[in-house]
Amino acid sequence: MNIVVCIKQVPETTEVRVDPETNALIREGVASIINPVDENAIEAALQLREGHGGTVTVITMGPPQAEEALRQALAMGADEAILLSDPASRGSDTLATSYSLAEMVRKIGEVDLILCGKQAIDGDTGQVGPGLAERLGIPQVTFAIELSVEDGKLRAKRVLDDFFEVLEVKLPAVVTVVKQANDPRHPGMRNVLKAKRAEITTWTLADLEADPKQSGFDGSPTQVIRVWPPEKRGGGKKIEGTSEEVAEELAQAIKEMDIAAG
Amino acid sequence: MDFTFTEDQTAILEAVKEFCEEDLAPKAQETDEAGVWPAENVKKLAELDLMGIPVPEEYGGLGMDFLTWSAVGEELSCSCTTTGAVYGAHVLAVVPIMMFGSDEQKQKYLKPLATGEKIGAFGLTEPGAGSDAAAVATKAELDGDHYVLNGSKIFISNGGEAELYVIITTTDPSRGARGMTAFIVEKGTPGFEFGKDEKKMAFPSLPNRELVFTDCRVPKENLLGRERGGFLVAMRTLGVGRIGMATGAVGVARAALEAAVPYTHQREQFGQPISNFQAIQFMVADMATEVDCARLLTWRAAWLKDQNKPFEKEAAMAKLYASEVAMRTTTKAVQIFGGYGYTREFPVERYMREAKLFEIVEGTSEVQRMVIANHVLRELNK
Amino acid sequence: MAVRLIIDNCTGCKLCLRACPYGAIDIIDDKAQFDDNCTQCGACAASCTFDAILLETSYTPDVDVDQYRGLWVVAEHLHDQFRRGTFELLGEGRRLADKLGVELAAVLLGEGVADMAKGLFAHGADRVYLAQDPVLAHYRTGPYTDVLSGMINQHKPEIVLVSATPQGRDLAPRVAARLSAGLTADCTGLDIDDEERLLVQTRPAFGGNLMATIISRHARPQMATVRPGVMKALDPDPSRTGEIVEIAVHLDERSVIAKVVETVQQEADGQVNLQDADIIVSGGRGLGKPEHFALIRELAEALGGAVGASRAAVDAGWIPAYHQVGQTGRTVQPKLYIACGISGAVQHLAGMSTADCIVAINKDPAAPVFNIATYSIVGDLFEIVPALTKKLREVR
Repeated sequence: MNIVVCIKQVPETTEVRVDPETNALIREGVASIINPVDENAIEAALQLREGHGGTVTVITMGPPQAEEALRQALAMGADEAILLSDPASRGSDTLATSYSLAEMVRKIGEVDLILCGKQAIDGDTGQVGPGLAERLGIPQVTFAIELSVEDGKLRAKRVLDDFFEVLEVKLPAVVTVVKQANDPRHPGMRNVLKAKRAEITTWTLADLEADPKQSGFDGSPTQVIRVWPPEKRGGGKKIEGTSEEVAEELAQAIKEMDIAAG
Repeated sequence: MDFTFTEDQTAILEAVKEFCEEDLAPKAQETDEAGVWPAENVKKLAELDLMGIPVPEEYGGLGMDFLTWSAVGEELSCSCTTTGAVYGAHVLAVVPIMMFGSDEQKQKYLKPLATGEKIGAFGLTEPGAGSDAAAVATKAELDGDHYVLNGSKIFISNGGEAELYVIITTTDPSRGARGMTAFIVEKGTPGFEFGKDEKKMAFPSLPNRELVFTDCRVPKENLLGRERGGFLVAMRTLGVGRIGMATGAVGVARAALEAAVPYTHQREQFGQPISNFQAIQFMVADMATEVDCARLLTWRAAWLKDQNKPFEKEAAMAKLYASEVAMRTTTKAVQIFGGYGYTREFPVERYMREAKLFEIVEGTSEVQRMVIANHVLRELNK
Repeated sequence: MAVRLIIDNCTGCKLCLRACPYGAIDIIDDKAQFDDNCTQCGACAASCTFDAILLETSYTPDVDVDQYRGLWVVAEHLHDQFRRGTFELLGEGRRLADKLGVELAAVLLGEGVADMAKGLFAHGADRVYLAQDPVLAHYRTGPYTDVLSGMINQHKPEIVLVSATPQGRDLAPRVAARLSAGLTADCTGLDIDDEERLLVQTRPAFGGNLMATIISRHARPQMATVRPGVMKALDPDPSRTGEIVEIAVHLDERSVIAKVVETVQQEADGQVNLQDADIIVSGGRGLGKPEHFALIRELAEALGGAVGASRAAVDAGWIPAYHQVGQTGRTVQPKLYIACGISGAVQHLAGMSTADCIVAINKDPAAPVFNIATYSIVGDLFEIVPALTKKLREVR
């Protein structure tokens, strides 16, 4: 089974700050990591390969330094890594990104399954997986927590608001996985060293014979016009004293709120 | 001497740090309190190819140096002291086989140790042979194709859990150090049993067990090095072992420092964070300086070993200094936490109990001073 | 976007005929032909196994935006009940539609759901586009995408709002990709730019560290998924009525690729329904152990509230993920939120900071949760929480 995993390199969001003067993102000194839930997608791919054989190809779109994320995926055990790096792709929104990734998958050729993480921690959109499925004209299964493949059919358990749903679809398909799906492996050091020396295939839009107008700013219907830090809610009242006193005062305050129970 | 890490070393350390942060550190308290062998962590060390870092690739290792091994060990010890201790004890079986083993012995025993398929341990200490290592009384007598071992070892780290043991015996008690002989003994060999597991001040999850040999027949092929060459095997092993203990000590000292600093910012007294007070600042300054010194001494010893230069004195210095720094740093961390530091709510009291081990194990501070003094008195006597 | 037939590849197999929800395909002389009913929804392209029907979904920024008028809200329902987010969308949609001076329409897909239109009118809809078919009885990506895309192509609304629920976040991006429309995920604020007649969408990004304002200037419709629990629903007015526009669809179960094998309700322990709860008591890493969630449950029980959790507690495996409040969990808007042993990572705060009253109990005085708390209690939750539970039981 040939599996493609789409990953994204993202800044460690807990460290992202905004310059209060300019409202610009301060990216300096912020570590770049593989989007965490993408590691779950890689792990799911590796587990399927262990059971069914085949290859795991990891792809991403981004600046040349996104190669680092691909090397981490190789260290985890992926067979091949491909980077789409083209200045014309800069500023891609989710529609443009799904276009470029779909073109990459087409060029790779025989693909049985495409895995993505549920969403990226920088954009938090979760739109690229379904968009990619649509571009490729194949079914999608979002929010998968368990997946298995048998006789060319994929069976996946999805986590929805307050229920699970088990779906069966024909392959090829796009599946987005949630964090609870598995526990991504840590790479062995032998693989870390091997991945460091591995050849990373780099493509441009021209290599894909893709339409540059569908990528980057040109191919993106949405446009970010302003970015700013969220307002801080002012601090409130401190309740101090012994546990007994605190509980008393708090119970009184709650009682005064007069919220109907239920 | 250049401690700039190569790209390979950096890549390995980054991967190890991530593993430590995500897997080891969050469970460290649990691992300690469980009081049982941390099997899952040990399995992960094997999966991550960390059990044979300095072993040549042909024998299943990573083919890296002891400096890398030490830097990795510090990360492990800093995030989970117990796992770091297992790593440190394991190498005591790896090193003597790597240095003194025949090719057959390396194929048969070094490989599974380097891949982590098997865990190793080293047996030297006996009830009557502590600091005086030459007083070993476990006897090995040749009988046909076998040596017959009788006697017992105590406090053996990884004892009972390890599958492969390097055991120091005497084949000629009359000759003291020159009568000592080393053997590789497999767990499960008839006549080789495990006795008491010590209840200790700290490290309840790390076994320190008695090894009991009763007419235990060990095949001749398992003799390690020369007959009566065991003292050299022991000393060389302890030399590297001291770098390992220094590494563990740096790890626990750093853990204490890294726990204490954020607390100084959070904890307010007299209306301000205690990090504003000079008394606290001076403690933090001393802790940080000493941890750095201890690490540099440790790395120097590892580097000398990697250059095939004499490192016995430097390893003793590193072990002596780092273990005493661990004790001082953890004590200060407890002091910074005040009353909370004395409770089990925070890990610093555990670090303090753990630190004490390093001043005793693999040569007490006093033995290290003897070793260092021997060298210095000789070298500077011009 | 356009559906294009590659006539040489067509074998007249009728797969597309079966797949077309709008009955727009005939097979004449072993070749497919499209008639005027075609909405360009794309269902046929997905069904074709001979590469004979291509869906050309290239985005071009030259859509005639003036052709598009009206604001749509996609209704979401389960077991004959609307999900709460639907009414919130209508409430917000009403406000925006009034600002634009257009009709507010709701899209209702399902089987035997005509009666539910009343609820949509009561909550602010002027019109309901209704498509009913047994295949639509339960949500599945394929048929819902086909039908909704077709309806949008036909009626050309300028704005389409969808709840950012798992269903909405499965459906909206698929539809947007098919229509080459701009889609903004998980919006927490919407407004209209009067000058340019644009939907101005605000959403958190970077785990709530940042807010971003996003527009789709040239593409239509302007689509957004909207975070449930943020917008205000209108008080229902049962006397309100409106027009029902029935959309005729013909779906064939055999052309649906995804089969639902089973659905499993998660164990509802009565303390989970976070989004509807007026009172939520949440526990975090400070609890130390899964057993300590009993303290949280007891307090929630005394208050008649639901039990929430921080990501740290969920990641530690102390409590199932559906209790999680925050950026990657649920966004909640209760009247009272009690955070116990939760430091208040920005990702958690993003999911609960709009609560009317926030009580924070934490032993760490520097915990960020205190920055937004209405009542801050620095202390030992293991003493305070049981004491509070006891007091509340007495007050009762």
